[in-house]
Amino acid sequence: MTNLALRVRPRRLSLPARPSLLIGLFLVGLNVVVALAAPLLAPYSPTQPNALDAIEGSSSAHWLGTDQLGRDVLSRVLYGGRYAMLISLSAALLTVVLGTVLGCLTAYRRGWFDEVLMRLLDSVLSVPAILALLVVVTALGSGASVIILASTVVYCPALIRVVRAAALSIVGLDYVTAARARGEGFWPIMVREIWPNILDVVLVEFAMRASWITLLVSSLSFLGFGANPPTPDWGLMVSENRSLLTVVPLATIAPIVALATLIVGLNLAADGIAKARGIDRITGGLR
Amino acid sequence: MSVAAKETTRLVAEISGLSIAYRSGVRDVPVLRDVSLSLGAGEALAIVGESGCGKSTLASALVGHLRTGSRVTGGSVRIGGEDVLAGDARTVRTLRRQQIGFVPQNAGHSLTPSMRIGAQVVEVLRATRKMDKSAARAEAVRLLAQVRLPEPDVLVDRYPHQLSGGQQQRVAVALALAGAPRLLVLDEPTTGLDVVTQAGVLALFSSLRAELGISLVMVSHDLGAVSAVCERVAVMYAGRVVESGATEAAFRLPAHPYTRGLLSSVARIAAPGLPLGMPGSMADTLTSPGCVFAPRCEFAQESCTEGDPPELTPVEGEDAPRFSACLRLPEVLAAPAWEAQVRPPRTRERGEPLLQISGLTVDYRRRPDPRTGPTVSDVDLTVHRGEVVALVGESGSGKSTIAWTIAGLRRPTSGEITLDGGADLTRTAARRDPAVRRQLQLVFQNATTSLNPRRTVGDAVLRPLRLRGLRGEAAVAARDRVFEDVGLEPGHAERYPAQLSGGQQQRVGIARALAGGPALVLADEVVSALDVSIQASVLRLLDDLRDEHQLGYLFISHDLAVVRALADRVVVLYLGRVCEEGPIERVFSGPNHPYTRLLMDSALATEPGMTEALVGSEDEPESAPPAAGCAFRNRCPQRVEGLCDHETPPWQDLGAGHRIRCHVPVEIGART
Amino acid sequence: MLLVKAIGRRLGYSVLTVLLATLLVFVALQALPGNLATQLLGQNATPAAVAQLDASLGLNRPAWQRYLDWLGGALHGDFGRSLVSQQPVLTEAGGYLRNTALLAGIVIVAGITLSLVLGVIAGLTRDRWPDLAISGLSLLGMSVPEFTVATLLVLAFAIRLNWFPAVVTAGPTATVGELLPAVWLPAAALTAVMAAYIIRMMRTSVIDVMSAEYVTLARVRGLSSARVLFRHALPNALLPTLNVIAINIAWLVGGVVVVESVFNYPGIGTLMIQAVHNRDLPVLQFIAVFGALTFVVCNLLADLAALWLNPRLRTPGRAG
Repeated sequence: MTNLALRVRPRRLSLPARPSLLIGLFLVGLNVVVALAAPLLAPYSPTQPNALDAIEGSSSAHWLGTDQLGRDVLSRVLYGGRYAMLISLSAALLTVVLGTVLGCLTAYRRGWFDEVLMRLLDSVLSVPAILALLVVVTALGSGASVIILASTVVYCPALIRVVRAAALSIVGLDYVTAARARGEGFWPIMVREIWPNILDVVLVEFAMRASWITLLVSSLSFLGFGANPPTPDWGLMVSENRSLLTVVPLATIAPIVALATLIVGLNLAADGIAKARGIDRITGGLR
Repeated sequence: MSVAAKETTRLVAEISGLSIAYRSGVRDVPVLRDVSLSLGAGEALAIVGESGCGKSTLASALVGHLRTGSRVTGGSVRIGGEDVLAGDARTVRTLRRQQIGFVPQNAGHSLTPSMRIGAQVVEVLRATRKMDKSAARAEAVRLLAQVRLPEPDVLVDRYPHQLSGGQQQRVAVALALAGAPRLLVLDEPTTGLDVVTQAGVLALFSSLRAELGISLVMVSHDLGAVSAVCERVAVMYAGRVVESGATEAAFRLPAHPYTRGLLSSVARIAAPGLPLGMPGSMADTLTSPGCVFAPRCEFAQESCTEGDPPELTPVEGEDAPRFSACLRLPEVLAAPAWEAQVRPPRTRERGEPLLQISGLTVDYRRRPDPRTGPTVSDVDLTVHRGEVVALVGESGSGKSTIAWTIAGLRRPTSGEITLDGGADLTRTAARRDPAVRRQLQLVFQNATTSLNPRRTVGDAVLRPLRLRGLRGEAAVAARDRVFEDVGLEPGHAERYPAQLSGGQQQRVGIARALAGGPALVLADEVVSALDVSIQASVLRLLDDLRDEHQLGYLFISHDLAVVRALADRVVVLYLGRVCEEGPIERVFSGPNHPYTRLLMDSALATEPGMTEALVGSEDEPESAPPAAGCAFRNRCPQRVEGLCDHETPPWQDLGAGHRIRCHVPVEIGART
Repeated sequence: MLLVKAIGRRLGYSVLTVLLATLLVFVALQALPGNLATQLLGQNATPAAVAQLDASLGLNRPAWQRYLDWLGGALHGDFGRSLVSQQPVLTEAGGYLRNTALLAGIVIVAGITLSLVLGVIAGLTRDRWPDLAISGLSLLGMSVPEFTVATLLVLAFAIRLNWFPAVVTAGPTATVGELLPAVWLPAAALTAVMAAYIIRMMRTSVIDVMSAEYVTLARVRGLSSARVLFRHALPNALLPTLNVIAINIAWLVGGVVVVESVFNYPGIGTLMIQAVHNRDLPVLQFIAVFGALTFVVCNLLADLAALWLNPRLRTPGRAG
């Protein structure tokens, strides 16, 4: 029943301008732009060592100081997001594509396929992400493609569950029943009826996955299993400059702040979309 | 004068000029406008109106509860002299504990799922009447018995989810009575209940009133339920009271065009034919100048659309006080009886047999319990072209199962279903010939969930047309034609479902079905979720379409009155077995199967204008059909020990296509 | 009866899940293409060394046989021997396990209690300053990796304030007493991250429940706010949070890897990293499986708690 005097606007992809969403998107966008434009923005080469200028604090020549090899911290911070973002965005995209198809398929088919898949997903889900990644890295080395694929495998199960729950709530609705009674097959129903209605859930999950995978990859780099020196990477920078925390704290704090802006941005964006579309994000379904 | 005497002469509830609005964006949207009502001790007042008129807000306001975002923009609500909306928290809490009891709309949601029933009642007792544990528990059992719950000492330890809808409703009443209130507020107490359960619950209210002497305010959209319980009524439209007075007088000779319209929109069991309904909708006309109802009113004149909305003025010459907010009162009172506006049923030629079902059995049980039988057993049904066959039953009767099986969404366990003499419908939808699929179309109960919220309604109707092979211009032209057929403007095609009213959404659902070019339409409770005035217009639409396109309908409903209005033949279902079938006139004039009799008595008792005492009955059906014997035996007043338990009842032919399944012979010509 | 069946079924699923997880880990580590021994030896992969390692690891046998052997041993507590120290894995890991248990114990007890309380406060004061503060801090907490929090804590409390040691010098065999002064900073780092998720979940749950009809009705019946909160609202608000709590507890097994490395705390996180560096497969396998086991056990406990809290799961409802 419609409200007394309210006509609801069509819920297309228009998102109302909530502050959290805007700030989030801005932060993410900023990071992406900086990472892409790093060669233009960085005053120095991020990998060029310069023994003479090592371990200096903030100065007019080096706004954020230098690290123990004399490399400019600002330049390294500007370049520092590339590795993590490349991996996390690729892995998040792959996760979402794979997860959406599998989640919808299992919600539609049910039966033994559903049961078997759920058990398998539970097992993958049970191994903590970092441990799984470390295991894979031991066996296959720490190349970018390995980490992307491993992250996808590790983060897919939870996404499949979320998509499955959302799709299930739609599959039971009358307009899907009407489509089935018309004799429409799996793919037309998936594309026309189900996907447009779970799009918001998928968007939110994409942002969440991207943020978690970024955290994971940074942690891996911190431990020495992700990016390899001399690659500028925020996680690696924290690890490298940790011992100089008392002398040049900025070399450790700057990458931390940069990483935080990206993740906070992703989380705010996810929160903003979820609130705007009325999704109960944490329990993973449509409210 | 003693304090006690003073108390009783004070009004129990007094609403003065109450206006409530809620905030939407930057504007205030009014929900109630200048409502004034009063209630004395022991009186029962009904507040009726359709959805959106503000009656639920009024009910909540009586308890001092405002929805988040709403606020009082004028007036007050006094209970026992105390302001319940503006008072301090302490006073309000005391009022709630001792003076007012509230029974909410959806009882199932109003009981805390994690607490036992008894614990919830005891909690209220101890808070309001300061009892100790054992006294409170004993009182809780007594309260449960007072609301006619079976085995109260067992039920007291159960959890809410273990009770049926009707039982939950009664528990909600017991909770409301726990504080020994002077006023009981009931918000849509019969929504979602089966008709037999409804009758029982309403009988309960009447007897409680007599026993306890409490005042009652009952908010409902169901005019029949209201007239059974309350002797005074206030009719609301768009946040205002448009008529108030004695129920009997208001329903016999309405003093406001809206009340007239409402009464003429309700289908009656006692009177055959299609009700008139009202043009337009409340949502579309909210901002009209002058009297808000004027655009939809048959008595409206120029003066009605000018100036301020009319005030409630007394109606002259009545014994009991009556008020109406209509400028054209004399004309309204003098107008011919609204009963005359019913469209009488037409006699029609019956066409070829279209849908033929014989021996249909559907069994869902994976590990059959030998004491129970299949969900649906041995059902025969025939629908001819141009004929409306109604399938009647309560929830759990298997009517949806049958519909889903015919539609090809489930496979039957055994039996035959044929369409148009040839096509086999026991195959699932995906396996059927596309031509066959097109011949059969579905319309659903809940129009909102039956339309994809992300697609325009034009798209939804276009799809079946495309599946028929139409493309481009031809398809769009065909769609526009279908839109006009169902009374929608072609311009509506660009809208999304959320931008249409409930009635319009249902018309889109019908249009989508029509677009497939069907011969048979499966209509599953298609008017049950609609407001009464819109129900009437949709029923008329269905009737017209049936004649224009020579459609056959399998019309599923639990509402006997609606069935009487539209159907040609009726099939009555109980727990998945047919117990009676026949032409509509013969079934409604009797004699009947005991179950049909029970349904009709319950429904008759709740028609507007009936103010006789209700007879409550056992209102809980069992959930599983038996393996053998008659399914109705546990509730049947005519049950024969032994025979009805083991033998499947035979068909008794009562002439002219009317037959029932019963062991007890019916005397032909005996009217029950 | 229903209850026993429900518990039994959950137990069965849990066992199945753990078994599948062990299989997955085994496949990831030992059954991948390429000669494992060559990879393990890296630069020292002379043919003789490879042959020797092959023999000692039994790599010339088919993978499924090796898996079953391992599984059989694992059920008896024999997870093989560490390739580095030649000690039985369980013995080797024993001290580390105990130290991590101490750390995790503190985090669980203090962290969860704190998170639940903060979550309830945030939910009840929605959109007012306590909620904004708590939600803001949780957003921050979940947006920074554990190594960040750990590093900042070290900077603030160890270096600037010198309240706690920055690095733990004790080894895996240290006593609890020796570890106690050093355990607080790692515990704080872990709590900061874990609490964020629990707080957010509890907040959402409380908001949902407080706007549920039965809570409104309880107030309309005249019951006091305290009663409504504790008796009607919270038990139902806790239900959805149980799973999040379980997942977060299980997450600790992975979370400690980074935090322990920052503080050099002698727990299984440190052991894990050593094992990765040394390619010590049996130890790696054990830790990964231990993580899976913890996750499954935590979820099982959460389900049992849900059964206890939610009468719908315990007692049969009415059909229809």
